[in-house]
Amino acid sequence: MSTISREEVARLAGLARIDLTESELTRLAGELDVIVEAVATVSRVATDDVPATSHPLPLHNVFRPDVVTATLPVEEALAAAPAAEDGRFAVPQILEED
Amino acid sequence: MTTEATPLVDYDDAVRRYDPVLGIEVHVELGTASKMFDGAPTEFGAPPNTQTTPVSLGLPGSLPVVNEKAVEWAVLIGLALNCEIAESCRFARKNYFYPDLPKAYQISQYDEPIAHDGWVDVELEDGTTVRVEIERAHMEEDAGKNTHVGGAAGRIHGAEYSLVDYNRAGVPLVEIVTKPITGVGARAPEVARAYVQTLRDMFRALGVSEARMERGNVRADVNVSLRPSPDAPLGTRTETKNVNSFRSVERAVRFEISRQAGVLDSGAAVVQETRHWHEDTGITTPGRVKSDAEDYRYFPEPDLVPIVPDRAWVEGLRASLPEMPAARRRRLQAAWGYSDAEMRDVVNAGALDLVEATVAAGASPAAARKWWMGELARTANEQGASLEELPVTPAQVAELQGLVDAGRLNDKLARQVLAGVLAGEGSPQEVVAARGLEIVSDDGALLAAVDEALAAQPDVVEKIRGGNLGPVGAIIGAVMKATRGQADAARVRELVLERVKG
Amino acid sequence: MGDLTRLSAAALAERLAAGDVSSVEVTRAHLDRIAAVDPAVHAFLHVDAEGALATAADVDARRAAGEDLHPLAGVPIAIKDVVVTRGMPTTAGSRILEGWVPPYDATLVERIRAARLPILGKTNMDEFAMGSSTEHSAFGDTHNPWDLDRIPGGSGGGSAAAVAAYEAPLAIGTDTGGSIRQPAAVTGTVGVKPTYGGVSRYGLIAMASSLDQAGPVSRTVLDAALLHALVGGHDPRDSTSLPDPLPDVVGAARRGATGDLTGVRLGVVRELGGEGYQQGVRRRFEESLEVLQAAGAEVVEVSCPHFEYALAAYYLIMPSEASSNLARFDGMRYGLRVEPADGPVTAERVMAATRGAGFGDEVKRRVILGTYALSAGYYDAYYGSAQKVRTLVQRDFAAAFEQADVLVSPTAPTTAFRLGEKLDDPMAMYLNDVATIPANLAGVPGISVPNGLDEGLPVGFQVLAPAKADDRLYRVAAALEARLEERWGGPLLAQAPELEVTR
Repeated sequence: MSTISREEVARLAGLARIDLTESELTRLAGELDVIVEAVATVSRVATDDVPATSHPLPLHNVFRPDVVTATLPVEEALAAAPAAEDGRFAVPQILEED
Repeated sequence: MTTEATPLVDYDDAVRRYDPVLGIEVHVELGTASKMFDGAPTEFGAPPNTQTTPVSLGLPGSLPVVNEKAVEWAVLIGLALNCEIAESCRFARKNYFYPDLPKAYQISQYDEPIAHDGWVDVELEDGTTVRVEIERAHMEEDAGKNTHVGGAAGRIHGAEYSLVDYNRAGVPLVEIVTKPITGVGARAPEVARAYVQTLRDMFRALGVSEARMERGNVRADVNVSLRPSPDAPLGTRTETKNVNSFRSVERAVRFEISRQAGVLDSGAAVVQETRHWHEDTGITTPGRVKSDAEDYRYFPEPDLVPIVPDRAWVEGLRASLPEMPAARRRRLQAAWGYSDAEMRDVVNAGALDLVEATVAAGASPAAARKWWMGELARTANEQGASLEELPVTPAQVAELQGLVDAGRLNDKLARQVLAGVLAGEGSPQEVVAARGLEIVSDDGALLAAVDEALAAQPDVVEKIRGGNLGPVGAIIGAVMKATRGQADAARVRELVLERVKG
Repeated sequence: MGDLTRLSAAALAERLAAGDVSSVEVTRAHLDRIAAVDPAVHAFLHVDAEGALATAADVDARRAAGEDLHPLAGVPIAIKDVVVTRGMPTTAGSRILEGWVPPYDATLVERIRAARLPILGKTNMDEFAMGSSTEHSAFGDTHNPWDLDRIPGGSGGGSAAAVAAYEAPLAIGTDTGGSIRQPAAVTGTVGVKPTYGGVSRYGLIAMASSLDQAGPVSRTVLDAALLHALVGGHDPRDSTSLPDPLPDVVGAARRGATGDLTGVRLGVVRELGGEGYQQGVRRRFEESLEVLQAAGAEVVEVSCPHFEYALAAYYLIMPSEASSNLARFDGMRYGLRVEPADGPVTAERVMAATRGAGFGDEVKRRVILGTYALSAGYYDAYYGSAQKVRTLVQRDFAAAFEQADVLVSPTAPTTAFRLGEKLDDPMAMYLNDVATIPANLAGVPGISVPNGLDEGLPVGFQVLAPAKADDRLYRVAAALEARLEERWGGPLLAQAPELEVTR
């Protein structure tokens, strides 16, 4: 039984902003299906009475004081930019406003 | 940009037939020295990309660490909004792609906000109070700023490319979300405006933000929906993003009510969507239709650990809360005996603190208001300055009024003294001394002037002797002129009558 | 003087301190070795001869001036390419970061530089540390020095192979599900995953933030301890960094080396062995238990029933976090930018084209899987459930550590397989980490130490300790190492075939 269709992979690739070729879509759908079925076993033991653990070790209240530290020189900040202009990162046109 | 075909419905007609429901999300940038998760400074207006670290640029390998002050201020805001402060809360990642978001996720709070379930009383212009219920207040980080180049200036559509400045990325934000605001009917736009204004005042009173709307320190997203009657279930809402002035909040709500009424009248359904506010045209236009892109895939931020606010610390903060602006206004108005209109004028002129300080320095509330709302307001207006910016202190205003009250200055002289103070000539006392402006009530000096005036106008003397007191004013005027306004007018009158009759 | 590259870090440190050799000599010897064997092994993605020699010369000058130096000063080291190094290319084995030169150092690199260890270069790895064979590197395979047709393990195959091939005495690895320990096992070297939070993650290009941990890679247990002590300890720039002081790992390694484990209880995890484990791997494990018992240790069997679900939970948590951690590679600020082949050039489409071209198959697979697991409607069933399994795994560990001081198992179910053998079967590849993953889920420390050969290929023995008790790993592993080397008449690596030297 297939749980992840090719269309589903295409939707996920869109969410994850990754262009996939037709053959990648097909292959990934098959592979993910196997993986998802295997990992679905977690629901067998993950009953309501078990709390979730998101941190392996229980720390809390880790803060830093509100103190200004050294900044990156602007030329270092921009050094790896694919494109830059006037001290800013140049990016392709943005069609959708958030 | 699409324009929609459905005609707008006249506002009054719309609110007669539909019941508007509001929901408002306010983002406030906290005025901490450093960012939410790193030590980069937060100074406004610095050259682009000069206020970044590997963390605020989201460089590979960098990790966030929570700014303690930002947490304290978020708790303060929560307490001021009468919220419950969470026993424990976490940060979550909100995943979406946008060039101004360096990590392609925003660190925010999702199912565990630091403050929840509160309320705030909002006062409308006519004195009506509306209680707005608060759903939650949570912490998050701001994004960078895009500047669109090419195409229509400043617009996204038609831009050829964009330039990104990450100075603002990572600046601490607190987002405050209301529960649905119902039962306000036609006053919805006014309530929306007053709510945002109340929060702005509150942020300033708490000292957690400069809360300058024009700098985007405070930004509002306004949700509006309509329903046929207050008993009907909630209608489909739209969210108008980034409405960044009080007036715009009011106008945007008003526009959406008219627009949605038009849609509903036409038999169509309101589309749940994000809309953009256009300050210039006063309308909203549709943004992106909510779709897959809204699947933010929230999950607990694994790079940060939970925040468990110590209860004693929270209670300490609660005890330290300053008086909220509305309560303060009510208290001061009662103490000063101002009418509602007088109080409103003082508040709107931004003179509340100045008047309070002037009263504290010894002036009567009426006199303090008279100076700040009269002569000083006029001067500020002429100079295009705010009252605070004028080079005169409340203590000096009180000192000036003290001289008037002691009979040493009349109104005209007092204005001249004030002009001297504003010109930087020193305190009122010093100006009086330097300019020799004190009222002359010394009889010797005044009698000489009176005699001179009487001698110059013998006919007037005759009239007065004949019982016609009308021309006394002319003599007083001449004396005032001769003494350059410094004569004590009441005493001059007495002396004139004595001389003529004696 | 002999071949300096065959000496352990501890031995090199001694000779450097005694003035028998200079750091420049030691560093040059390793650079020469790299030049000679790395064309065949391909452990390095970047070699910084100039920088390493400059540091070495500086150390020598300071030593000559009588300056007080760190014990490891002048001992060269290799660093996995997932750790950011200021001024030195850092790619994480990915095309998407090709040519990126970070403007800052990871905390552990700062500590290494402060202690003045010459950094030889950056080691190869599976792209973004995703893999168990280093075949997922965008820059070519690394070959196992024991058999160049076989995998060196992964993701840190480069660091393990570099150490095994005597190209470096020390290396840094990172371990999210076994990426330090499994390569150590299949290359006959020592690898340690410290307690989560024991070594700062600041500057580690994250795969799965709640699982990632950096640690030492070396040829001896004592060397691992020396490096662990150098890079470990609290870092205020990592919110998940433990505030506790590091236990005395070096002392524990020295104590263990006496070969006495009297009173130490070893828990054999029933679920980490048996079916699915190569016969020779099982045999070496049994023999090692006998050796440890002879050293005075007591062996008990413990059961961790939920370890059965650990792999499944791992393959939900890891891709979920990775899908988010790797989102920043969008072609906007650094790294690769690719424009779509046709259609409008918008930010959205450039991001998708960049990520489509810049990520390899395994990264795409995991990012899509993680996106799926976090997607609306699936969160509770997948990510939420996996986090619950994590709780169950932690409880299993807690119960087991009531009965035993440390837990033991084979590190990996098999010895090194052939390059390409499992490349087309992701699930088979994932099973390599079945014994190492539980430690990452629970945050507990683990070590892999060589314990013999099976058909001429190295086998690894894993020791797991309770969180913050990393010292126990070193004591037990050092004891096993000492007793086995006594039996072998030298280190296991001495049995490795000599690599052909290219000149």
